[in-house]
Amino acid sequence: MELTRRGFLKLSGASTAGFLLFKGAGWKKVLGYSPIPLHKKIGEITTICPYDASGCGFIIEADNGNIVNIEGDPDHPINLGAACAKGASLAQLRTVDGKLNERRLTKPMYRAPGASGWEEKSWDWTIGQIARRIKDTRDAPDNWKATDDQGYTVNRTEGIASLGGAALDNEECYLLIKMLRTLGVVYVEHQARI
Amino acid sequence: MTNHWNDVANSDVMMAIGSNPAENHPACFGWVQKAKDRGAKLISVDPRFTRTSSKADIYAPMRSGTDIAFIGGMIKYVLDDMEANPDNYNMTYVREYTNAALLINSDFQGADELDGLFSGYKGVYNETDNAKRTYDKSAWQYQLNKSGIPQRDPDLKDNNCVFQILKRHFARYDADTVSNITGTPKDTYLEICKTYAASGTPGKAGTILYAMGTTQHTYGTQNIRAYAILQLLLGNIGIAGGGINAMRGESNVQGSTDMCILAHILPGYLAQVENKDVDLDTYVNRHRPTVATGQFNADPLSLDWWKNYKKYIVSLLKAWYGDAATSDNDFYFNYLPKTTKPYNDYSHIALFEAMYAGDIKGLMCWGQNPAVGGPNANMERKALEKLDWLVAVDLWETESAAFWKRPGVTPANIPTEVFMLPAACSYEKEGSVTNSGRWMQWRYKAIDPPEDAKNDLSIINKIMVKVRELYAAEGGPLSEAIAAVDWNYGDDPDPREVAKEVNGYDLTTGKLMASFGALKDDGTTSSGNWLYCNSVVDPDLEPDAPIPGNRASRRDPTPGPFDIGLHPKWAWCWPVNRRIIYNRASVDLDGVPWDKEQPVIWWQEGKWVGDVPDGGAAPMNQDGYNAFIMKPEGVANIFGRGRADGPLPEHYEPWESPVANIMSKQHNDPAFKIWASELDKKGTADDYPIVATTYRVVEHWQAGQMTRNLPWIVELQPEMFVEISEELANEKGITNGGKAIIETARGQIEAIALVTKRFQPFQLNGKKVHQVGMPWHWGYSGLSRGDSANVLTPHVGDANTMIPEFKAFLCNIKKA
Repeated sequence: MELTRRGFLKLSGASTAGFLLFKGAGWKKVLGYSPIPLHKKIGEITTICPYDASGCGFIIEADNGNIVNIEGDPDHPINLGAACAKGASLAQLRTVDGKLNERRLTKPMYRAPGASGWEEKSWDWTIGQIARRIKDTRDAPDNWKATDDQGYTVNRTEGIASLGGAALDNEECYLLIKMLRTLGVVYVEHQARI
Repeated sequence: MTNHWNDVANSDVMMAIGSNPAENHPACFGWVQKAKDRGAKLISVDPRFTRTSSKADIYAPMRSGTDIAFIGGMIKYVLDDMEANPDNYNMTYVREYTNAALLINSDFQGADELDGLFSGYKGVYNETDNAKRTYDKSAWQYQLNKSGIPQRDPDLKDNNCVFQILKRHFARYDADTVSNITGTPKDTYLEICKTYAASGTPGKAGTILYAMGTTQHTYGTQNIRAYAILQLLLGNIGIAGGGINAMRGESNVQGSTDMCILAHILPGYLAQVENKDVDLDTYVNRHRPTVATGQFNADPLSLDWWKNYKKYIVSLLKAWYGDAATSDNDFYFNYLPKTTKPYNDYSHIALFEAMYAGDIKGLMCWGQNPAVGGPNANMERKALEKLDWLVAVDLWETESAAFWKRPGVTPANIPTEVFMLPAACSYEKEGSVTNSGRWMQWRYKAIDPPEDAKNDLSIINKIMVKVRELYAAEGGPLSEAIAAVDWNYGDDPDPREVAKEVNGYDLTTGKLMASFGALKDDGTTSSGNWLYCNSVVDPDLEPDAPIPGNRASRRDPTPGPFDIGLHPKWAWCWPVNRRIIYNRASVDLDGVPWDKEQPVIWWQEGKWVGDVPDGGAAPMNQDGYNAFIMKPEGVANIFGRGRADGPLPEHYEPWESPVANIMSKQHNDPAFKIWASELDKKGTADDYPIVATTYRVVEHWQAGQMTRNLPWIVELQPEMFVEISEELANEKGITNGGKAIIETARGQIEAIALVTKRFQPFQLNGKKVHQVGMPWHWGYSGLSRGDSANVLTPHVGDANTMIPEFKAFLCNIKKA
């Protein structure tokens, strides 16, 4: 059996979590021979481009904390393996010249009132502070409206707003709106509006 | 999109208007090219000769903001031609599938009679009091018969029928008037009318490819309405190669819109709750038209799909509040926040006006960068200074996260606390995104996020868990509602489980719902988004998917029935994997396709073959249901009774316009809200005589943080620029490559001048008017920095949606 690109991807399946190893009797059955084990572990997954809403398919290979290759997914019906300048540059969202893109944020950062710079913080501290702000702002008598000036029950907070995000996954958008509405937020918007 | 990307290849004529797909949707352009290879024609309508124009068979220059005149003239052309040559058109489609035959209240008077306004306007011409910039729409409603359903004249001749109203309305849109408004040469314009009208013949298909050039206007909604009217007259909706194809701009803006992270809607396009919705049934009934509410009863020939409204809101409440939500407590309906102001008064522009006024204290920003992407950027940046706290979640330090240290401000004077959270990029996490064609596609994690960066799913979860802990410990207003939320995702939510919640469950069995057709209003089903029901099903129903049961993960590229590129087994699309929506309009009343070469569905031997049919009922002539199942009338709306600014599109000038409106006395759209903060400055044509617009380039993306931080991209497209015509450059002494300053009433920016033939001055009713354009991707942060075009744009938006009028405003330009 000739190992086509499609066949390769079918074999690798959906759950390569970082490496693809040839081993086991299953491979012999599919390939017709026992393959030589690879020395390198590579991960190869399929993804959808994060830029415009074409939904083009790409294949990404990562190794050792870096992206080592990106190419258009030839099996994808929409782009058939092609890429525009942005899709072709997908690797650099993570890896530039073999290292992490130095402009990527890697730690929670905090800017204090009036400060002229950032301080690095832990996730625990940051989440604690954010939750405190959300509660204090939501609950403040100026912001929380149990009833409106027409006497209706409205149960909303007007002191908090949320923007974003059209590049968040569906599951993230869903949890976001679930959180916002159940906390009583009404100023809820994102890129779709503008 | 009513259709989808690959379907464009099935077109006979494609009109790219308010868009530049060669540049901004390159994948689409492959399918445009495929259509051209088959002999299809491409029309490009744009103020500027773009990359799309360079591949077009016909290019028409059109002044920014004059789409309604342009399309209105095409509608007139078609209506006139229908009278002369009815056999060239599908009059059955127009009569049976649209509301052309329905009768409107005989008191109705249109813009042709009332010089630019419609019946029921509460203000005077060019009214400035927002409270009076509104319509009483009672004269816009249907005449009803004894059963309370709209009256109909199948001959399309009654003076009050929509078809005749339409003819009277667009009679003023003759080619000379259109040419004087748009600046399009008349002969080119007529060539376009003729070429596009040819798609009205049964068996021919025309598609409209549009984007933000259409929507970002004070009458953007009416721009799209104009396309809808044209396409319905030509029988182009529901067919292969037809449709109204919105080419959306972000990888998951379709999904985020479907999940309804917007002020006016809840997941699945359910309405946001208003204060008057005192209980669930009041809310549901308000969204069901009846004679009692001044509307009409649903036509028995309409599937009237929104009659299922209650099933969807109850299933949503069950997904959010779980077992404790029961019919006894109205499924905790009253825990949901309710609005008092009109919805748009909570939307982006209004949000920033409220922030600027000091009313909003805290903002969460999830991968959005309003300091670059929002209109009147100086105002929005100043508004951020009024916040007590900002949470900015992104991959990068964006202009929004760094607003407090932007050029020209003193950080010590800005007390806002900022929490900047490092987020995972698209391939550092797993989940789904929905493209413009409604295809929900699953994607995987290639690599862990770098260092302490996290995916947004995890961040949202952490915040909500902590907030709930605080309320459990301390109490607070309506803390019982926060405790009641069904929120159990552990430490690290699994996107596959969240996708199942969105799909929904049969709560009596614990099994995944197979389709929204089975959702109930009695609390026995849950669904986070009824539109997505059918996307993740029982593994037995979809065993071969890479993630069994998860239809979004499917990778079978088979083209599918009739070889029209449906790809029905690649991923999944809503609703219920129907690839071309409104497809019941693609067949005649016997279920036979108008186009037998490119059918979408076909009634054969007692069943439908092809795409998932839009409602499985038999054809109309066999006791079936009418084509447009979401409409209570069952027919598509040429006449739109519910729009804020008129039931038919009417040409108005942009808020900032270089000329008088020659169509009527009503200069601007009569219903958009005029904002009046001290930073909402309006420019006059005397001070700012040049039309300006903004657009994008293929190398960069939106507010720029995702591309201006990538060295390869920056190398390709390094700097902010402004495109100006040779004639204007000569007039101003601006040289190609030299620096220019562009100024509006709101601010000024500097950019490299790109002097080009691609812009030509317009002749507007005898007056020469120049136009310039520029990309809006740049800001003061990142690897490549530059001035933001949105410093120039106005804080004024569409009458129906309040989307900002980024695309047509006034400026002046000079050499730097």
